[in-house]
Amino acid sequence: METLKQELKKNIVEQLNLEDITVEDINDNDILFGDGLGLDSIDALELIVMLDKNYGIKLTDPKQGRAIFESIEVMAKYIFENRTK
Amino acid sequence: MNSNYHISSFCKIKNNEVSLNGSVIYNNENNNFSAFIKAAYKSLETNYAKFFKMDALSKLAFLAADVLLKNEHLNPEEENNIAIVFSNKASSIDTDRKHQQSIQNKEDYYPSPAVFVYTLPNICIGEISIKYKLFSENSFFIFDAFNAQHLLDNTNSLLSTDKTKKVLCGWVELDGDDYEAFLYLVTNKGSIIHNKQNIVKLYNT
Repeated sequence: METLKQELKKNIVEQLNLEDITVEDINDNDILFGDGLGLDSIDALELIVMLDKNYGIKLTDPKQGRAIFESIEVMAKYIFENRTK
Repeated sequence: MNSNYHISSFCKIKNNEVSLNGSVIYNNENNNFSAFIKAAYKSLETNYAKFFKMDALSKLAFLAADVLLKNEHLNPEEENNIAIVFSNKASSIDTDRKHQQSIQNKEDYYPSPAVFVYTLPNICIGEISIKYKLFSENSFFIFDAFNAQHLLDNTNSLLSTDKTKKVLCGWVELDGDDYEAFLYLVTNKGSIIHNKQNIVKLYNT
């Protein structure tokens, strides 16, 4: 699970172009959207693509993302339990 | 048509150099576009968190506009009555290619939403408008080459019909590492008369 969390942080920084943020800056329970990392709706769509591409998880309803993308901790748990690759 | 309008300031970004009113304010000769625009953004203290998420055309247009509008000392809390008239030749082809690459393989089909959203040239106008609260008229024209007459006519029309107080206009062209931005601000005040001859002269300087 720790490896998965680190991998997620690295992918988020790289794929969402978070230029001034490093993996070390993101805590497992930090809120990712809104006042947290400041991610927006396009970022949410990018994360949905990442779940499909990297872990074989297809979210058919974007609204699901609100709960799944709450924090690295929540995302990692969801991926761990639902990944197909 | 009113000939009392003036070009109050102009900005160019070309050949790894940023200039304002003819004076170089940043240059860095040893970079490709991506590295150059990032370094220029940091050097010119352009404070906009979403800059790094933009596509290359938007970064180019945004930085040139920011250099000009910073000089206007606009109130960041108030709506600003400045129209935008941009143009280029390549449209959004640079980003269109990236999007095409992401959708051409049916076995590995993962179009990026963040790339797709920039597959229109006028998206750069939106980025500028968000930062500077510009809710006035805007247009993005595609020409074979820089078209001073069209920019002149369009801008004069906006000003003479009181659609706006100022117009931010010009040319923002980008395809890979070939890029060129020439933006200028037209208003009632300034030392350069807003006519075709002066627009062409500034563009070619």
